[in-house]
Amino acid sequence: MNDSDIVKDFLVESYENLDRLDRDLVGLEKNPKDKDALAGVFRTIHTIKGTCGFLGFNKLEKVAHVGENLLTRLRDGQLILNPEITTALLGMVDAVRQMLKEIDSTGQDGDADYPELRETLTRLQTPTVAAPAAAAKPIPEVPAPAVARESVATPPATPPTIKIDPPTVPRGKGDGSPHKPSRGKIGGLLVERGVVQPADIARALEEQERGDRRRLGEILVALGLAKREDVLAAQQILDAKPRDTTPETIRVGVNLLDKLMTLVGELVLARNQLLQFANTSENTGLQAVSQRMNLIATELQEEVMKTRMQPIGNIWGQFPRTVRDVALGCHKEVAIEMEGKETEPDKTIIEAIKDPLTHLVRNSVDHGIELPDDREKAGKNRTGRLILRAFHEGGQVNIEISDDGAGLNRERIRQKAIERGLITAEQAARMPEREVFNLIFLPGFSTAEKVTNVSGRGVGMDVVKTNVEKIGGVVDVQSLPGRGTTVHVKIPLTLAIIPALVVTCGGERYAIPQVSLLELVRLEADHAPTAIEMVHGAPVYRLRGRLLPLVYLARELKLAGPADAQKTEAAAVNIVVLQADGRQFGLVVDQINDTEEIVVKPLRKQLKTVKTFAGSSIMGDGKVALILDVLGLAQRANVVGGTRERAMAEKAKECVTGTEKQTFLLFAGPGDSRMAIPLSTLARLEEFPVSQVEMSGSRWVTQYRGQILPLIRLNVVMEERRNKLRGLQGAPAPGSGPLQVLVLNHEGHAYGLVVDKILDIVEDKADVKSAATRHSVLYSVLIGDRVTELLDIPAMIKAAAGKPVLPLSGAAQPVQGGR
Amino acid sequence: MPTLQFCTFYLDKLLFGIDLRGVQEVIRSLDATQVPLAPPVVSGLINLRGQIVTAVDLRRRLELTPRSPNALPMNVVVRSDDGAVSFLVDEIGDVVEVDDSSFEPAPEMLRASVRGMILGVHKLDDRLMHVLDAEKACEMKEAAEAATAGA
Repeated sequence: MNDSDIVKDFLVESYENLDRLDRDLVGLEKNPKDKDALAGVFRTIHTIKGTCGFLGFNKLEKVAHVGENLLTRLRDGQLILNPEITTALLGMVDAVRQMLKEIDSTGQDGDADYPELRETLTRLQTPTVAAPAAAAKPIPEVPAPAVARESVATPPATPPTIKIDPPTVPRGKGDGSPHKPSRGKIGGLLVERGVVQPADIARALEEQERGDRRRLGEILVALGLAKREDVLAAQQILDAKPRDTTPETIRVGVNLLDKLMTLVGELVLARNQLLQFANTSENTGLQAVSQRMNLIATELQEEVMKTRMQPIGNIWGQFPRTVRDVALGCHKEVAIEMEGKETEPDKTIIEAIKDPLTHLVRNSVDHGIELPDDREKAGKNRTGRLILRAFHEGGQVNIEISDDGAGLNRERIRQKAIERGLITAEQAARMPEREVFNLIFLPGFSTAEKVTNVSGRGVGMDVVKTNVEKIGGVVDVQSLPGRGTTVHVKIPLTLAIIPALVVTCGGERYAIPQVSLLELVRLEADHAPTAIEMVHGAPVYRLRGRLLPLVYLARELKLAGPADAQKTEAAAVNIVVLQADGRQFGLVVDQINDTEEIVVKPLRKQLKTVKTFAGSSIMGDGKVALILDVLGLAQRANVVGGTRERAMAEKAKECVTGTEKQTFLLFAGPGDSRMAIPLSTLARLEEFPVSQVEMSGSRWVTQYRGQILPLIRLNVVMEERRNKLRGLQGAPAPGSGPLQVLVLNHEGHAYGLVVDKILDIVEDKADVKSAATRHSVLYSVLIGDRVTELLDIPAMIKAAAGKPVLPLSGAAQPVQGGR
Repeated sequence: MPTLQFCTFYLDKLLFGIDLRGVQEVIRSLDATQVPLAPPVVSGLINLRGQIVTAVDLRRRLELTPRSPNALPMNVVVRSDDGAVSFLVDEIGDVVEVDDSSFEPAPEMLRASVRGMILGVHKLDDRLMHVLDAEKACEMKEAAEAATAGA
C-alpha cells in the first residue's frame, strides 16, 4: 500500500466519521449527558487528528486538536454541552470536511487556517475567560436554540453555563493529555457509580506510582476501599463496551460487489443452459446435480442482490443536522422523527434520491412549519414535528415526508399558477382540489413570497419531481390546511434491474424501459397503409382521435436501406406508444417480443456520444442487447422540441383535462351488456389457448410468466341463478377459440379476467352516472352515448374467491378436450 | 537494464505490441452486437463472462485498410480506467521481451491522427514492433467527433 492509498482510505473513513459526528452532536445537544455518545465523538476526532498528524496535514491537525481539547473537557464533565459549544463543534466538523475536500482534490489541506474557529474553540474550553466574555458579548451566529428545547441543562436565555465539576479524577502526571486508558477508565467509572471517592483513586494511583504492579481495581480492593464485586462489575462494563461498538461488518469496495453481481448474472445464464441440457438428458445423476445447482444459483443471486441494498437511514443520518441548521436559520423549532430507517433500496437508488429528499426536508422546515409564536397561537406545540417514514409496499419503496405545519394554501397556489400563466383562470376554477396541490410540481412555480437562503435556489419542486421520475418513481402531495403537508415518494427497489419491453428491429434486439411505455398498437397488413397518414411528409397515426407522430426505429438507427421502408408499409405495423418529456409518440419496430426483467449495464465512454442508447444488457441467450434511451431517441427524431415552455403548457393542460376524461377498456359483459374498467387498472391483455388452462382445486388457473395466474370468468361470477343451468350445459366454457383475458393487478396479485369479447378503448368524461343494478358493479355510466357498467374489481375478485365454482364439469372439459 | 514484456499482434502485416501488464486476456472471435450510430471504430459490444465489453476495430482506429469480411478477428482484452476494452486484431504473435536499448521514437512524418497512439518502435532482429498506447487507442473522443462531423 502506498501513500496515496493510505490517504484515500483516510478520506473515505473520515467522511463517514464526519457524517456520524453531525448526527451524534445534534443528538448530544438534546441529551448532553450521554457519555457513550460523547466518548464516540471524542474517539472520532482523536482518530482524525492522529492520522492527519501522521500524514503531515498540519493545519487539519491543529483544528482537530483544539476541538479535541474542548471535547476532553466535555467528556470529563468539566463542561456541559450547550448550543454555543455544539455550533462551534459543528463548525469544526465543517472545517474538517472542507479541508478533507481540499486534500481529495489537491493532496494538500488547503490555505485556510481557521484562526477564528480555533479561537472560539479554545475560548469555550477555558471557563475563566469564557464566562465573562460570553456574557458580555454573545456570539452572534447563535440565535435562540431551536432543537435544544429538551436540553434542560441550558435555558436558552442565560449565557452559556460552564459547570466545573469538583470531583475531577486526579490523573497523576500530565493533566490534560490523553490519559492511560485502563486506569482512568475503571477509576472514572467507579467514581461515577459512587463506589469510591476520587481521593481513593488518587491513593491507589499513588500506590501504582510507587511501583505497585497490580491493577488499579485490585489495589482498591486490597486497600479495602472498594468491594470486589463492584470492581468486577465495573470491569465487566468496560469489557462489554468495545464489543458493542465494533459492528460485525467489513468494508468492501463497490466495484467488487458490482463484479460479483455480474458474475452471478452470468452464472444464472450458464445455469439456464445447463438446465436445458439436463432436461434432454437421460442421465438422472446429471439432472439431480443440475437441480441442486439451480437452487444454489437462485439463492446466491438473491443474497448477492442484498449486498447492494443499503438502509435508507444512511442518507437520513444527515437530516437531523440539516433540520437543525435550517431551523436555526429561520428561527423555528423543529424535532425530526424517523421511522423505517432500515428500509433498503439499492445503492444507486439511494444516491439518486438523496438530493430530492434533502430538498423536501428543507422545504418542510422552511415553508411548512410555522414560527413558534404562530404555532402557539394556533394551539400547537411550539416545536414543529417533521416525520420521515419509509416502508416497503408492493415491491417498491415508499417514503413519506410529513410536517404538522400550516399546510398548503389552495387559493394561493391557484392564484400563483394563473399569475405565472401555467393555467387559465377557467381551468383553475374547474380543477379538482387534489390536483391543485400537484401544481407545485410544475416548472416555474414557487409560492415562496421571499426567496430565502434555503429554498428558491434553483432547485424547485419540479426538479424534485423530475429526479424522482427519472428513476421510475412518483411524487404526490397531500395537505390539510392548518394540519400539515405530506409528500409521498414512491421509488423502485433497484435501478440495476428494470422491466423492459424487448423488440426486434433490423435483426437485433432492443430493450425499451417499461416506465416510458404507454401501450402497444398493431396495424394489420390490409389496414396499415390507410391508417398511417402524412402531415407534410411526417407519418402520423390517429390514436383514439389524437394524432400520434410516428418514428421508424430502423430509419432513426440507419439500420435499413430505403427499400425496407416500403416493405414495412406492405406488412403489419407494430407501434410502441412511448412517452418522453410529457409528449407521446409511436415507435415503429419490426417485431415485439416480450417484457423481461433486464440487468442494466452502463455504456463505456467510447459510446457515451450515442444519445439514443441508455445502456446495454445481456439477454437470456448470452448475447448483448442495447437499451433505448426514449428521450434521446425522441430528440433525435425531433418529436420533442427543445422548448420547455411547450412541454410545460402541455403538462398544465394535462393536469386539468386528465382528470376530466378517463380512458376505459370496453368489453362484452354477461347478458349482452357492455362493461368497462379504467385502463389504468389493466396490466395487460392476453390470449390463452384453452389447452393452457389447468385446474387448481376448483379453480381455473394458467401459467403466466413463471407464476400461476388465477382465472376469473366474468360470466360465472356475474351470473347468479341461471348459472346452474348454463353450467350444466357447459355454455360458459369457451369453444376452440382462445380465451380473451384481461390481466389485472389487485393488491399486489395478478388476476386474469376471462371475458367473451374485448370491444374497444375509449376516452370519455363518464360523468353521467346511475346506481348499480347488480353486484360487482360500481355504477352504470354513459360512455360513448351507451349505458355501460363499470366493473367493481375488488368486489368482483372477492365474489370470485367466495364462490364455490359451480361449472366444475364445464371447466374440466376444455382441458381434457385439449384440442 | 530492465526489460519490458509486450503482447504482440498483427494488423495488416504490421507487428504491434502493447504492454503485457495492461492485457487481461486474449480470446477468439466472439459474437458482437452492432451499435447503430456509434463511431465506425466501434465494431460492437461483446459479452465477456457477464461483463459487457466494447470491441474496437484496431484496423479502423489506426486507419489501416479494412479487414476482409471473411477473416475472423481475435480479441485482445485490455484493462482501461473505464473497464475492459477489446481490441480486434488479425492475428496474435508471441510475447516479446525487450529492453530500452532497441527503442526509438516514431518518425515525425507519421500521420498526426495516428502519432498519438504509436509511442515508437522497438527494433527487433527481423522486424519493427510498433508500441501501441492502449489507453490512447481506447479514447474515442476525436474519432467520435470525426464520425459526427462526417454524418
